[in-house]
Amino acid sequence: MTSEKQDELKALALRVREHIVRLSTDGGCFTGASLSCADLLVYLYADFLNISPQTLDAPDRDFLFLSKGHDVPALYGTFVELGFMPKERLANHLKANDSIYWHPNRSVPGVEFHSGSLGHLPSVGLGVALDNRMRGLKNRTIVITGDGELNEGSVWETVLVAAAQKLSNFTLVVDRNHFQANVATEDLIPLEPLGPKFEAFGWAVQRIDGHDFAQLEAAFGALPFSDDKPSVIICDTVRGRGLPSIEARADRWFCNFSADEVVELLKELHSQEATTLTSETLTVR
Amino acid sequence: MAYEDLIRETALADDRLIVMTAENRALIRNLPAVLGPRFIDTGITEQTLIGAAAGLALRGRIPVVHALATFLTLRAFEFIRTDVGIGQLPVKISSFVPGFLSDGNGPTHQAIEDVALMRGIPGMTVFAPADEADMLGMLPQIWASPSPAYVRINTRPGTYQHAPFEMGKAEVVATGTDATILVYGMLFEQALIARELLEAQGKSVGLVNMRTLKPVDEAALLQVVRAGGLVVTLEDHFQTGGLYSILAEVLLKNELTAKVLPIALNEKWYKPGLLSEVLEYEGFTGQHIARRIAEKLGADPAAITTKTEVVENQFAE
Repeated sequence: MTSEKQDELKALALRVREHIVRLSTDGGCFTGASLSCADLLVYLYADFLNISPQTLDAPDRDFLFLSKGHDVPALYGTFVELGFMPKERLANHLKANDSIYWHPNRSVPGVEFHSGSLGHLPSVGLGVALDNRMRGLKNRTIVITGDGELNEGSVWETVLVAAAQKLSNFTLVVDRNHFQANVATEDLIPLEPLGPKFEAFGWAVQRIDGHDFAQLEAAFGALPFSDDKPSVIICDTVRGRGLPSIEARADRWFCNFSADEVVELLKELHSQEATTLTSETLTVR
Repeated sequence: MAYEDLIRETALADDRLIVMTAENRALIRNLPAVLGPRFIDTGITEQTLIGAAAGLALRGRIPVVHALATFLTLRAFEFIRTDVGIGQLPVKISSFVPGFLSDGNGPTHQAIEDVALMRGIPGMTVFAPADEADMLGMLPQIWASPSPAYVRINTRPGTYQHAPFEMGKAEVVATGTDATILVYGMLFEQALIARELLEAQGKSVGLVNMRTLKPVDEAALLQVVRAGGLVVTLEDHFQTGGLYSILAEVLLKNELTAKVLPIALNEKWYKPGLLSEVLEYEGFTGQHIARRIAEKLGADPAAITTKTEVVENQFAE
């Protein structure tokens, strides 16, 4: 990946993070969980997936299922930046006259399926991947799960079935931010060694830094990792990435900040990057 | 024609139809060779079975899923409610050995709350055929409908010549002034016997094969209630949440009251055994049913003649 491309994606991810921070007030949202996968979603939608606002109905398009529904502010931020939805719609967050709330739903163009209850979309994605294979389509089906979500038994059912089906057009992406909701994963239900677990279940595995665009490109560009196995990409990430004051904190999963706190967080966000703050940036919704 | 013949012919004529199972192949053994990739066995994974069916339906397919009624409705309940229900996807759930049909399996396998659970999901349709012929008459319409559907699979042979199936309509077998039996599923054959025994005692007894439990045929229920007489709800289901509850809801909604005799499983699982043993022990043979109705009507239950009943036992895989 060229350095220009990396800079472009970084700038895009910064704007997505601004949206996440702005949504973290007036009822709040899952800020920490969303910030951990902002880079991943930006890379996938801006640079990898064959999904665009103009081609949502195209037969050969890819599918991305967000099983980790708490990440929806990152998804909506990405959608706003890439033209899937108007920015104004984010002002309707948690308003009953729109459908922008704490979990994804299909009434928003670009959202493939509703989620919230964990461990569901791996199986829904499996069905879509089976259908695409039956149709002889070459498109990809990707499901993003959280690492805490891997506690759910239904995920491992699907992991077994996808391997049995030799479903090479199916990819699971684990946003490995090392936290469940309130507790570090390794303190509650340890997951390591995670890669070898998937390997033992018959999957082809790569593990990368989920905030490094070059590594994301190298891993996703190598899909499918095997012609007769499903692939899993474990993205090591940091909860709250971009805001050192909340990074890797168990209590910054869900946040409901005051308007003043949001302004401070937007300043903090920009202090991490060589960027210029504008008055528009500091406007809280 | 058998269930397998019907689903094979339908699938061969319509490539949207996908046959799926969580390793319950009793009724669809010969389909893998015919349907190839359109036969999907996910193994013993009811949750993944339903989730994958939702994914396939999202792509325009009509998945017909097969597994034991208890495990589908209980273990995969949230997947049915959340993936299929919220998604309003046309997943067709074929539930094996519901109600008394799991005979000797024991309480773990007794789907006797399935109607209550499935009808509680917005948009879900619920069907309970009286016998195999009744079921085969229903399924083409159920599979062609855009709604998610739950079907209590019943392959028992019947003797009654059923009227053509109409979605959401009950089959009025007979009308009566003393009592009317409302029934669904495999107990229909016992209801026929009970009616015959009561008629032999000079009672006028109606009989309605409900067929569709959701959307329920409210007009048929109201007609029965307005005709007067005792209304009997007969079901191999917990008393809570099934036909008795449906009738109660319809009565209250229409500000009506009626004399009702619920014959159901009240706060208990049934004693496992061969089907004939179960019906006898639990009091669900035609004769037991007739006696309970006679007693409620103030007649002498002992006067009900004994009828030799042959209940063919069910082998449940």
